[in-house]
Amino acid sequence: MERESMEFDVLIVGGGPAGLSAACRVMQLAQEAGEELTVCVVEKGSEIGAHILAGTVFEPTALNELFPDWKEKGAPLNTPVTRDDIFLLKNQEKATKVPNAFVPKNMHNHGNYIISLGNLCRWLAEQAEQLGVEVYPGFAAAETIVEDGQVKGIITGDMGVAREGSEKDGYMPGMELRAKYTLFTEGCRGHLGKRLINDFKLDEGKDPQHYGIGIKELWDIDPAKHEPGLVVHTTGWPLNESGSTGGSFLYHLENGQVYVGLITDLSYSNPHLSPFEEFQRLKHHPEIKKYLEGGKRVAYGARAIAKGGYNALPKMSFPGGLLLGCDAGTLNSSKIKGSHTAMKSGLLGAEAVFEALKEGKSGEEITSFQKRFEDSWLYKELYAERNFGPAMHKFGNIVGGAIAFVEQNILRGSLPITFRDTTPDYATLKPASKCKKINYPKPDNKLTFDRLSSVFISNTNHEEDQPVHLKLTDPEIPLKDNLPKYDEPAQRYCPAGVYEVVEKDDGSGKKFQINAQNCVHCKTCDIKDPAQNITWVTPEGGGGPNYPNM
Amino acid sequence: MKVLVAVKRVIDYNVKVRVKPDNTGVDLANVKMAMNPFCEIAVEEAVRLKEKGVASEIVVVSIGPKASQEQIRTALALGADRGIHIETDEEVQSLEAAKLLKAVVEKEEPKLVILGKQSIDSDNNQTGQMLAALTGMGQGTFASEVVVDGDKVKVTREVDGGLMTVALNLPAVVTTDLRLNEPRYASLPNIMKAKKKPLDSMSPADLGVEIAPRLTTLKVEAPAARQAGIKVADVAELVDKLKNEAKVI
Repeated sequence: MERESMEFDVLIVGGGPAGLSAACRVMQLAQEAGEELTVCVVEKGSEIGAHILAGTVFEPTALNELFPDWKEKGAPLNTPVTRDDIFLLKNQEKATKVPNAFVPKNMHNHGNYIISLGNLCRWLAEQAEQLGVEVYPGFAAAETIVEDGQVKGIITGDMGVAREGSEKDGYMPGMELRAKYTLFTEGCRGHLGKRLINDFKLDEGKDPQHYGIGIKELWDIDPAKHEPGLVVHTTGWPLNESGSTGGSFLYHLENGQVYVGLITDLSYSNPHLSPFEEFQRLKHHPEIKKYLEGGKRVAYGARAIAKGGYNALPKMSFPGGLLLGCDAGTLNSSKIKGSHTAMKSGLLGAEAVFEALKEGKSGEEITSFQKRFEDSWLYKELYAERNFGPAMHKFGNIVGGAIAFVEQNILRGSLPITFRDTTPDYATLKPASKCKKINYPKPDNKLTFDRLSSVFISNTNHEEDQPVHLKLTDPEIPLKDNLPKYDEPAQRYCPAGVYEVVEKDDGSGKKFQINAQNCVHCKTCDIKDPAQNITWVTPEGGGGPNYPNM
Repeated sequence: MKVLVAVKRVIDYNVKVRVKPDNTGVDLANVKMAMNPFCEIAVEEAVRLKEKGVASEIVVVSIGPKASQEQIRTALALGADRGIHIETDEEVQSLEAAKLLKAVVEKEEPKLVILGKQSIDSDNNQTGQMLAALTGMGQGTFASEVVVDGDKVKVTREVDGGLMTVALNLPAVVTTDLRLNEPRYASLPNIMKAKKKPLDSMSPADLGVEIAPRLTTLKVEAPAARQAGIKVADVAELVDKLKNEAKVI
């Protein structure tokens, strides 16, 4: 098929912190050198920030490097962290506050800010445009262009395709966007990044990537209970009841609002577990409830995070491009922060690409990237925390936390051994019959809610008449294998109610239903399906959530 | 024939509108904004008239804050030729919008003005009608079909219980209804080209119009949440409740 085509020097796939930082940096370098470069960012969300979901306690290290004058430029970092509280929740009533002296160093947040990462990205996009970057939200990168073993760019998704694949009125075929170098910054479990890792064997010799599913809400709370800058983290209950791991966060930002959320490690083994319901339950714990009671929920969202860290980090360069940020997995899970590391990887990527372009290269692998990465603080930071995730998985949050404390506070990251965690998250489920069923309470519609009313306030929308963007390799597996063995866990791990096992209308049995228009693009199904049978592909550009202030 | 299209920047239709805690209005901070869907239909209709060779130039105008230029650029990407931005951070009510548009009409002298029938933020459904009254042009509102024939335009209107077709002398005002057309997607090359199309910016004062709202908003409230339903034991209880509690039978 003949497609229209456009060419750039640098193409960036995904308008998040990594991609936008790379875009700004490469333009800055070009301007310093007095050169002209064409740089393009494509973003599947309807606008920059629409699909960005993160905690976020933000460490401004990388931002300081990119824009030392970010304050004057009006970056939306408005709430410095004033206090850190960590609680170990024992059960639904009791909690122990972890004394400050026992908190692993990486969990201290002095000098950091509570921000909306979406708003920071909106601001970064403005800076990028002022620097001359072309930023195109609403266009999804559907395919990579690979020729002669080199990535040459991407093809944007077709617009106006009907559910069964025919062309509707207004059909617009996707375009080829070609570039000398393409940077993939799609975020955790990017669908092109996943293929690149596979096709270029970027994960050879690495541990499998590990993930968590973060579910987050934004609340207006009673002004009397609001303490701007307060950071609360918890671990333990409710996830410990099912032997699962993870932790919650509650951040007091500006305007009388708080972010509250729960990250559930996707290495959980009980298929009856529902990360969504666990989060709802958490809000009833006195340490959380005391802030939310009397407040009003404003927004909801969910996103998977890549938390495998150093041991799982794939090679980040390949012919024609780089894999950066959470698309590779640069998050520092011991700090529970990925924004500054994603930004730093973007800066390093931009510098490497600029150097390659200056040398007249195009499409050859930038092998010098690895060295540049290893010489950076990003590498040191990730190396130092390499044991955190595996220790948490192996020993649970408490012993694992103790190991993290010893390693970070006493040994300063120099523990001479490396823990490894080699079971991928999709392979950890035990048969449903061997696990305790979990009876989740009904929502009270004050603190706790059901999935559909939650998805409603994520402002998610997809054009209804389009092909389903959640592809089953074998359509039989959900009912044939997953249902008898695992009670089809997709019904529970999906935070948006996309997957349902329902009775057929004619009463002839069950069917597996995919409500694709609810999808909040979190990618959990692509990660956790025990048969690895679900593949997330891009829906029509502009579809998905429209997160405000998340 | 020159066509003038008015477009408005509004909260995106996908966004769940949230009332500010102090009840002074709707929270727009970092909320996704977009072109009013009815205005998009207006732009599409103008572009189709141009593709048919009926329209020779499409001028798109928007009134609002600086960011409204995004919506003008979208219209330019969809096929309009140039833009006019009347910049103001004040609240613009229907009558002022109509007066400003009248000033633009006098300057540009279009043969046809196409507007959305209403904007999805305030849902007033007034500006097109007021513009027609102020300029003395004929009006074809709620259009589901627009056919230009020489110096006349035939407009099929969606009215209660059916369709009404009116013939208007040009110049005329047409406001769009949902079924008029399905707007196209803006392509990447067209979005790029749109950045280079001419866009004039001016203030209401430049057009000799003073922004003086006549309506005061006292309070904005979200609709009351729906009460949960209850289960009744039998028909007798249902009848009893309908009779005595709901008092509908």
